[in-house]
Amino acid sequence: MTTIVRSSRPGQQATAEDDTQGAPADPAGSVGRAPLARSEQRRRSPQRRRRVRRDALLFGALIAPNLIAIIVFSYYPALYNIGLSFFEWDFVAPAPEWVGVENYTSLFTDPSFGQIMKNTAIFTGVSVIGSLVLGLLLGSLLATKLPLTGFAQTMAFAPHMLPGAAVGILWLFMFDPNYGLSRWAFSLFGADSPAWTTTSDWSLWAITIAYTWQRLGFVTVICYTAILDLPKDLYEAAALDGAHGWKLFRHLTLPLLSPITFFLSITGIISAAQAFDIISIMTSGGPGTSSSTLSWMVYEEAFQKFDIGNASAAATVLLVLLLIITYVQVRYGDKKVNYDS
Amino acid sequence: MSTLTVDKDQIAEAGSSTPRNKGRNRGPRRPAWKTGLLFAGVLATIAVFFVPLYWLFSSALKPHQDIYTWPLTWIPRELTFSNFAEAWNSAPFDRFFLNSIITTGVGTFLEITLAILCAYAFVFVDFKFKKIAFVLIIGSLMLPGHVTLIVNYITVANLGWLNTYAGLILPGIASAFAMFLLFQYMRTIDKDILQAAEIDGAGHLRRMLTIVTPLSSPMILTATLIVMVGKWNEYVWPLIVTSTADMRTLPIGLLFLRSQEGYSNWGVIMAGAVFVSLPMLILFFLAQKRIIGGLAAGAMK
Repeated sequence: MTTIVRSSRPGQQATAEDDTQGAPADPAGSVGRAPLARSEQRRRSPQRRRRVRRDALLFGALIAPNLIAIIVFSYYPALYNIGLSFFEWDFVAPAPEWVGVENYTSLFTDPSFGQIMKNTAIFTGVSVIGSLVLGLLLGSLLATKLPLTGFAQTMAFAPHMLPGAAVGILWLFMFDPNYGLSRWAFSLFGADSPAWTTTSDWSLWAITIAYTWQRLGFVTVICYTAILDLPKDLYEAAALDGAHGWKLFRHLTLPLLSPITFFLSITGIISAAQAFDIISIMTSGGPGTSSSTLSWMVYEEAFQKFDIGNASAAATVLLVLLLIITYVQVRYGDKKVNYDS
Repeated sequence: MSTLTVDKDQIAEAGSSTPRNKGRNRGPRRPAWKTGLLFAGVLATIAVFFVPLYWLFSSALKPHQDIYTWPLTWIPRELTFSNFAEAWNSAPFDRFFLNSIITTGVGTFLEITLAILCAYAFVFVDFKFKKIAFVLIIGSLMLPGHVTLIVNYITVANLGWLNTYAGLILPGIASAFAMFLLFQYMRTIDKDILQAAEIDGAGHLRRMLTIVTPLSSPMILTATLIVMVGKWNEYVWPLIVTSTADMRTLPIGLLFLRSQEGYSNWGVIMAGAVFVSLPMLILFFLAQKRIIGGLAAGAMK
């Protein structure tokens, strides 16, 4: 049975090719076959072997600087960090001390770690979903050919170019309850501005808003580019069927954009979980741990409290979470849709 | 058959709340009120992004008393550069600028050089285990950089590179994203040109320098811009690896300025933020299409 199936398959493919490509497929095929046979012969000659060796050496020399840098500063530290999480160390003691899984047990029994994980989830979830929903909306708005949409696109993208430190400090000023724009905005509703960055009820929202503002332009522009790439004939067909506005967006645009929205959610989670500069400038994780995220905690434990064991355990938790997210992307990411350039 | 489709159309139109003549307007035409609403949306979008940036620049140019007033002063009564002068004097901004320019310039040059060498090897040089090397390099994109901080700090400290340019620059020169962009671009180069050069006796190095690099220059420029923006804005690594004021870069300088001036001198702090932001904004407005195009190409592969 299997042999029959196997033998029939190439035959089917050949006919399918002939149907689609017609006559030109034949000469191309024969040209493709001829050098293969010739290279088979050449491979045995010493000249050919020398060439292969020389190319291999050259290849090695060309990729060595980059590959070595990647191994030394990416792979090695990621692995070594996992090892460090089983030790107790303070950067100063001559040798780290083995403590087994103690760093992890103390991490998972510490109530403030629960708060930090919750903060990370809120910060990541709100900024990713918020920038995606708003970005889709703004992206389709900019795709209408109205005046000033080009300028709006430029303005939206500009914050993405700025250092997170500058964005953070700008929002710190805007959130100033006395002289910031926040006071003006709340006064429109006859309310007082909260002390965003200095009260634990608001600090997490302050960094989330600032971060979302910075990321929104990037998401908008990617959505906008993707919307312009959508097949026009589908829209004409849908319009002929009487689909308009929201219906069109819900049943045609959204499904067609799903590979892009999926990609933006995954990369959004990965970068939000590592957001650091805005948090460092605006709140330093405070007051208390009210705006501390996993990425801030790694820094604080390692470089302010010099507790390397705890810090690397937290970093390992971050690594595992993000690798799971990446696995989801590789496994379920829709590679079928192909956007060129 | 044709009557059936007409029926369908009519049913669909009757189903929707809009009047019948709407059908003739399909296509790019919209009722005026809808256009007005959409345009208001465009204006609101501009406001959301423009107002904070305007606030940043106008506050940096406002005299002290225009910042500390209520109601807020939207348009400064007079423009002053005193905030810039004060920011420049209250922190060693000349050093910050120099350090930022050196780390960004040298770092970008090295990273792009490595990316070109690497991408050329993957596209034009034969090697049996190419695929493994490629997976190894692209796979590093999936490793969250934040996780490598502690060990990289230990490595750099052991090398005696704390508070040095080597420590600031070298851990960041490994290139996966720029390499990938260049790899994608070099693959589209016509192999016949290179074959002709090979027959003429040009070796790999000459082919890379005189043919492939000039032909890829548009993508090299795009990758350079993207890498440059990333290095200029880099925050956590310079924060960790430097501890003396004379080795800090501009973004860390902002943190320094904030802790020094606190909430009491927003004009000066905004002036500092302008120092850090302005080079990137100028770069962006000059090369907007290239930067967005490169990032979008990376996003959509």
